[in-house]
Amino acid sequence: MLDALPILPQQLVFGLALGAVYGLIALGYTMVYGVLLMINFAHGELFTIGAYVGWAVLVWLINAQLGGLHPAWVLPVLLLMAMSASGILGMTLERFAYRPLYMRGATRLGPLISAVGASIFLQNAVMLTQGARMKVYMTSLLFPRTWYLQIGGVRISALVLVMVSVALLLMWGLSLLVQRTALGRCMRAVAEDREVAAVMGVNVRRVISRTFLLGSALGGAAGVLVGLYYTQIDFFMGYSAGLKAFTAAVLGGIGNIKGAMLGGLMLGVIESLAVTFINPAYRDVVAFVVLILVLVFRPTGLLGETVPQANKV
Amino acid sequence: MSMITARRKLALAAALGAVALLAPLLAPSDYVVGVLARICLYATLALGLNIVVGFAGLLDIGYVAFFGIGSYVYAFLASPQFGLHLPFLLALPIVVLATALFGILIGAPTLRLGGDYLAIVTLGFGEITYLLLLNLDRPINITNGPSGIINIDPPALLGHTMSGNIQYYYLFLAVLALTLVASSRLQHSRIGWAWQAIREDELAARAMGINTTVAKLQAFAIGASFAGFAGALLASWQRSVFPENFLFTESINVLAMVIIGGMGSLAGVVLGAVVIVALPEIFRELAAYRLLVFGLMLMVLMIFRPQGILVPRAAAGALARAGATPAKKP
Repeated sequence: MLDALPILPQQLVFGLALGAVYGLIALGYTMVYGVLLMINFAHGELFTIGAYVGWAVLVWLINAQLGGLHPAWVLPVLLLMAMSASGILGMTLERFAYRPLYMRGATRLGPLISAVGASIFLQNAVMLTQGARMKVYMTSLLFPRTWYLQIGGVRISALVLVMVSVALLLMWGLSLLVQRTALGRCMRAVAEDREVAAVMGVNVRRVISRTFLLGSALGGAAGVLVGLYYTQIDFFMGYSAGLKAFTAAVLGGIGNIKGAMLGGLMLGVIESLAVTFINPAYRDVVAFVVLILVLVFRPTGLLGETVPQANKV
Repeated sequence: MSMITARRKLALAAALGAVALLAPLLAPSDYVVGVLARICLYATLALGLNIVVGFAGLLDIGYVAFFGIGSYVYAFLASPQFGLHLPFLLALPIVVLATALFGILIGAPTLRLGGDYLAIVTLGFGEITYLLLLNLDRPINITNGPSGIINIDPPALLGHTMSGNIQYYYLFLAVLALTLVASSRLQHSRIGWAWQAIREDELAARAMGINTTVAKLQAFAIGASFAGFAGALLASWQRSVFPENFLFTESINVLAMVIIGGMGSLAGVVLGAVVIVALPEIFRELAAYRLLVFGLMLMVLMIFRPQGILVPRAAAGALARAGATPAKKP
């Protein structure tokens, strides 16, 4: 066990980088849970679709032969396209699959099953249109392997730095939006008490719709980052990423934006510890055990102050 | 219920039973008999999940874990894996007890959790079970990893070793009939009423003096033991088990059987099993689109008919609210 120690710092870097992305995906779960009290099971698939859109745009840019592909402009383009696609799709999903249910005052079982249906539907739609085989992100064209930072025995690639910064930047942007803007105030109001918010003149339907737009867009951005990082994507990638991100959201305290971030980073670190000291095959087992332990012993998560039902966005 | 509807129901049940008994004799091929056998097996499995989800209102989306545990326990007891070859009738009760125990083990820590949190924990348990089945071939070989366990003993009853789909069909049909009777008895027993009270309003149920902890554990244990029973049957029929038999999609399939027909309704659950097993066989050329259509169907069903296709009319309103605490209205 101790002979694994020297590789730990390097594993921790990978863990933190992935953790930042888990946090980004977790925001989508947390925001939707905050306003609707439902787990958007299809969120993982919105992440997958973001990854595919980013891949398609990257392939198109490469084929268009625009000369040098510098990440300074290519990455924002990829992110923007993926975020738009996932965001709009998330909003559409809310409009047609979830809204009819919550408008009727349906139970929590109904929307959850509807979300499971949406998840299966989207996953298979991606498989049928894009094929079951994986697609390759040509990451090295954007971030050459020679771009890295060497600190002692630890190598931090430019891509990892960019991944973490993009994730943190998006999270910072979101928390500004929630704290400082009118939409953010409405979101917090709806999360607090939907009926009272409606009486106070908040357009609840629009706020919920915008929440889906924002959360799904962040998931799409995460899809591009994960695609660049692993360089391979497939139609099934959203399933385990979604579960991990949900774990992160619960770990930090569902409904809590800073909690999603913290939960993501912690989960990334825990996984890298599992890979280093136990067995890479048990990485996911450890993640799920953490999820269950948190739910059983502290269902409100690390930063959740109140019962989950009454949490704030 | 008036006498006429009761009598009509009995007549309908008798007619359906006769059809079920004659079906394999009229089936055009052995393959079709195999499909019929699978319908009975999955209906048994779905009836077990119906106890947890339909009766007690506890959403379990990792139910296939118990099916897998049952299959593997039977495989351990009756295959060359550990050199054990217990007779079928001795192995079965052990499997049922073992899975009931797992049901309690998994149920106990999750009792405090409601609705979707419970769903996620069960999903986590389902995933962990699958990953353990897949990876427990090292350092000590228990499950034989991805290659699964093969050469499992077929069931032998009264000195007769079963073979051929027709024999298995009648075995599974008999088990299904037993499961139906057991479910019906449970539904109208004290436990059944306690489950339904918990499903409708847990707080009120507790106030009425129901020990909700015990009742929920009973639901988990009984539901799990049905799955264990079905798992043992699967293992003895396939003569082999693999981790891939117990993926998350199987949990969703079984849940869909419970929901499509109508949660809590026994006839609805059986209808659900028929639909989910038979439809893909009928539309084989559309196999690639099967899951796509299925996902869409789940969404559409939740929008237009959340109570399922068949549902006891008296319970329609109540069942629509199944699933712990209702969400706040917009």
